[in-house]
Amino acid sequence: MKIKSTYIEDTFAEAFKMWAARFIITAESRQWAQAAARSVTGFATSVIGCKCEAGIEAELTPEETPDRRPGVSVLLFTPDRDSLGKRLVERIGQCVMTCPTTVCYNGLESETTVNVGGQLRYFGDGYQISKKLGERRLWRVPVMDGEFLVDELFGIQKAVGGGNLLLLGKTAAATLRAAKAAVKAMRGPGIILPFPDGVVRSGSKVGSRYKALIASTNDAWCPTLKGVVENSALPEDVNCVLEIVIDGLDESTVGAAMHRGMLAAAKPGLRRISAGNYGGGLGQHQIHLHRLLEATAA
Amino acid sequence: MSLELTLLTQPEVPLEADVLSPDRLQSLNRSELERLELYYGNVRTPLAEFFSINGDFDGDLHLTGDLSRIKHVGSLMTRGSIHVHGDIGAHLGTGMSGGEIRIDGNAGDWVGPEMQGGRILVEGNAGHLIGAAYRGGAVGMTGGEIIIKGNVGNETGHAMRGGLIAVGGDSGDFTGVNMLAGTIVVCGRPGIRTAASMKRGSVISLHEAELLPTFSYDCCYHPTYIRLYLQYINSRGLNIDEACINGNYERWSGDAVEMNRGEILIYRP
Repeated sequence: MKIKSTYIEDTFAEAFKMWAARFIITAESRQWAQAAARSVTGFATSVIGCKCEAGIEAELTPEETPDRRPGVSVLLFTPDRDSLGKRLVERIGQCVMTCPTTVCYNGLESETTVNVGGQLRYFGDGYQISKKLGERRLWRVPVMDGEFLVDELFGIQKAVGGGNLLLLGKTAAATLRAAKAAVKAMRGPGIILPFPDGVVRSGSKVGSRYKALIASTNDAWCPTLKGVVENSALPEDVNCVLEIVIDGLDESTVGAAMHRGMLAAAKPGLRRISAGNYGGGLGQHQIHLHRLLEATAA
Repeated sequence: MSLELTLLTQPEVPLEADVLSPDRLQSLNRSELERLELYYGNVRTPLAEFFSINGDFDGDLHLTGDLSRIKHVGSLMTRGSIHVHGDIGAHLGTGMSGGEIRIDGNAGDWVGPEMQGGRILVEGNAGHLIGAAYRGGAVGMTGGEIIIKGNVGNETGHAMRGGLIAVGGDSGDFTGVNMLAGTIVVCGRPGIRTAASMKRGSVISLHEAELLPTFSYDCCYHPTYIRLYLQYINSRGLNIDEACINGNYERWSGDAVEMNRGEILIYRP
């Protein structure tokens, strides 16, 4: 199957069950909201080394936020439910509460919740104040610029992590161009691309020859090892591979983003689009590239 | 179709009508409705003697007329709605925990005493002791919301421990007296001795307020939670100025004769 001159491999992205939370950061200005959002989503590219994956879902106008101030919507994913609460408390406590003028609201309506503000309140050392507006409890924690306001409970839900596209290009420049176009097209509600500007070059395989490592470089997709490894996945005219990893609130949202990404990435110089998987034996979700395209064609 | 009761005869003494609550009206047929007993003074009187009855109860109750002598409407209600097309008497929504009461006119004293949940909206003025504890009781309103668009009397939120009271006009003396928690917003001017003996909780005044000497000044700042509260109150029909939503407030802590953990926030233009 081809899109323009780009060959789409008949394969699938192997994605995993995750748990996700969405939170809204607002601040006195866009600058401070962005500062907190960048900080809270920093060092959150992969659960392999960062314990969570997080990213900015959207920038919000004052009309879109609960307190009508500029805001940012953030999605955070972890492999299991228990660790999601811990990561939220750590990151909101260290990166949002610390940022001037910010407030942090729950952004996900769900019957399943984790207690975040109810943990962070203890920073108030007894001077914290609870406020209940309708069914929603908020905590006011006194800080040096006034007070930090945070929802007590944050909704969480089952989600999908590790959807991906592999972009195989003739040159690094062509592959980067394709990746940037794909990232731009893929961003949208319900998904994040957790790697730097959405793109990862160090795709990994499970395990390593070194016992201490649980993951190591994906040698079959490294162009410098084409002549070295026996199982190289790269044809002769491919000299660069970039990956886009997608985490989303459900499989269909991830699939839709991958579909948009393929259409946008298919540019001259991009030889192939593939996807990373482990033979289907690890992940709970298989997102087939051809099926995504066929569904649209139909 | 909702149930519509229209007052036929103005009672000479207050009529106690705690049966006029969705929980009590559920599943009653017409004859049972007509025979519902009200207390007229100390005399049991059937509902039909004072009200004309139209429609069937489907969760919504409409009351029409000058009901300023009809007391205890909506007592202990947990669901449904009551819409009063006129004034209503004292003890409206006593101890209610759910549902909604809307008054097109004025309300008497004791609106939502010891209320636990639900909503009361009064388009006009209301009397004393809104959301308060009954005399001898330790705790007043613990949840829900009472919105009064006009003025209110004294001791609003007396011993209140949760929920929201918003007053569109002025409030009388001792607003938030003995308050334990919760939030009172006064858009007009509060009377004297505001929040006397409060332990915790917030009284927010959008105008100058005369404070007791047992309250101490903390700072002037913009409490973000006020944005949520004032926007919410606006969504319930009040019209609070944008400047108050976005503006700064003086924070006063008190009452020092108690725990000193309460606050009065006064808007500073």
